[in-house]
Amino acid sequence: MVYSITSEFALDLSRGMRRIRSVEEHIATRYSEQEMRCPTHLSSGQEAVSAAIGTILRNTDLAVSGHRAHAHYLAKGGDLNAMIAEIYGRVTGCARGKGGSMHLIDEKAGFMGSTAIVGGTVPVGVGLAYSLMLKGSDDITCVFLGDAVVETGVFFESLSFAALKNLPVLFVCENNFYSVYSPLSVRQSAVKKIHEKVAGFGVYTDEGDGNDVVSVHQKMSKAVNHIRSGKGPAFLEFETFRWREHCGPNYDDDLGYRPDQFIEEWNGRDPIANFEQQAITSALFTEADIDAVQSEIDTEVAAAFEFARASDFPSLEEASMHVFATAAEEGIFLK
Amino acid sequence: MRNFASEIRSGLDQALENDPSVLVFGLGVPDPKGVFGTTLDLQEKYGEKRVFDMPTAENAMTGIAIGAALGGFKPVLTHQRLDFALLSMDQLVNNAAKWHFMFGGQRNVPITVRMILGRGWGQGPTHSQNLQSWFAHIPGLKVVMPALASDAKGLLLSSIFDPNPVIFLEHRWLHNAQTDEPETGKLIPLGEANLLRSGDAVTIVSVSYMTIEALHAVDVLQDQGISCDLIDLRTVSPIDWGKIEASVKKTGKLMMLDTGFKTNGFAGEVVARITERCWADLTAPPVRLTAPDYSESTSPALTKDYHIRAEHIAERVGSMLGKDISVEPILKLRGPHDVPGNWFTGPF
Repeated sequence: MVYSITSEFALDLSRGMRRIRSVEEHIATRYSEQEMRCPTHLSSGQEAVSAAIGTILRNTDLAVSGHRAHAHYLAKGGDLNAMIAEIYGRVTGCARGKGGSMHLIDEKAGFMGSTAIVGGTVPVGVGLAYSLMLKGSDDITCVFLGDAVVETGVFFESLSFAALKNLPVLFVCENNFYSVYSPLSVRQSAVKKIHEKVAGFGVYTDEGDGNDVVSVHQKMSKAVNHIRSGKGPAFLEFETFRWREHCGPNYDDDLGYRPDQFIEEWNGRDPIANFEQQAITSALFTEADIDAVQSEIDTEVAAAFEFARASDFPSLEEASMHVFATAAEEGIFLK
Repeated sequence: MRNFASEIRSGLDQALENDPSVLVFGLGVPDPKGVFGTTLDLQEKYGEKRVFDMPTAENAMTGIAIGAALGGFKPVLTHQRLDFALLSMDQLVNNAAKWHFMFGGQRNVPITVRMILGRGWGQGPTHSQNLQSWFAHIPGLKVVMPALASDAKGLLLSSIFDPNPVIFLEHRWLHNAQTDEPETGKLIPLGEANLLRSGDAVTIVSVSYMTIEALHAVDVLQDQGISCDLIDLRTVSPIDWGKIEASVKKTGKLMMLDTGFKTNGFAGEVVARITERCWADLTAPPVRLTAPDYSESTSPALTKDYHIRAEHIAERVGSMLGKDISVEPILKLRGPHDVPGNWFTGPF
């Protein structure tokens, strides 16, 4: 396969995926030190979706996500130092240490928050899209979700409203086939695939191989153009595979909940290795280019962990702070 | 004549007019009845982007209100009964109440959720629940329960312009309550109780419709030489502890009235807190008069003794004081037990 993309863009995609992988694998390596004392849900193996959308969304576009949000946060332009500090429970964290890995936020980058209840931010994203519609902007809201979210009532309630009001919202579903250890087959009827069920609402839908970053990018670009041109919401389903356990730094394939053949097949579909091999064959970049990118990332990631570990913990008084806001705070969008 | 419902409507109107970021939506908001008259004609006036009906999707619509609030708007979400809003507990508790806290105080969620409380006229087990204690138990939610028509607008405007999520509970039996108090247009601060009657015999603390029954009781007691402090709490979270404590230090006796169930309810919280703080001042055990710990039935035959009424309050004050009192003046005025007055003929 020969990619019809520029060298510069190819390197961007590679950089985006490698950065996420490096952060996640670094967390996995250091997790046993017992300094990151919160549940973490890593995205290793499913970097392509985030890296692709990261090259499309503007800073003024908005995004929300769920418990597995590191990749989304980083792709949307979130502050790496603040994210790692948050996981370390430090006051320099993006939520002052009050949220941890599952509650990331960086409004400067338009990342409006991720929360830990499955489907919980879906209506929040749709409400943000409603606010964008009222303001008449052509910015969009991206709602990241996993396959289990489409089993919740709140997802369909939100989708229904988004379709009713023709809202500028992109639902990006990463289907990695498992909700903790429960396979899709015990959770959803196999009569139709996820995007087919959603299509019944009359919204734009598409699907694809979530580990093929170039194809993901093409499908996303089409969907985002559809939304920006005022044609209403879109839903994209990308099949992908998480390498590590649902929650935590380890591999858990010894538990036998995923069939061996399935694991083998997906392990052969590493989105980074496959893309880079093709890109090098297509002469878009060289091994040396990749090494240089990786070296920059290694420096940045090491610095982020240094920053986090050197940061202070919040003072004890903070435990009871922020229950109520005392005065209306200026939203970043208020005129 | 202005009444509780027209005051709510006027508050919404004023908020929508003064602040373009205010949105009003909920099931039935623009329908011909306009949520008991509280939202009539607002859509015509402000357009369907700011005032709209909604899908029967209480949970998502609460989350959408939160998202719109984070996008710079001030949504007011309306439910025709509190019972329907139970479908939105996830968004209320896990998102609305937590957002400011879990993101380290960066943002706040200025939403107001109106819920209407039912009672009597066959409202039954799923149209009559007064679950203010649930909401008041959650750090981050404010809970407002107006009693007087003259307070409805000032409390609603404070709720809409409060930077936090506010649960605004309107008792259905109050919607027709009238007021001839002059219109002040002033906001009533949340967390500030109102001393409606002053006396030294017993401190009676009340909320919402119970305050109306308490007013009847206190006035009849006054005629028999017993004067009570009657404190209308107005907000269940936060609670105006100072006003209650000052009164109990004067009277030595506390009676708590609540429209909700007794066990684990907020009446118990007030009694506990005052007992902790004013133990030495108390001259009699505190008393709670609330709904019993079972659901309201539909048949009027089964609700005869379900609700606390003015005669129960007056009798109990008498027994706290060891005095015989007559409740005849109350009973003489009393119509059927399951309506707020003979003018109320249903259907809902």
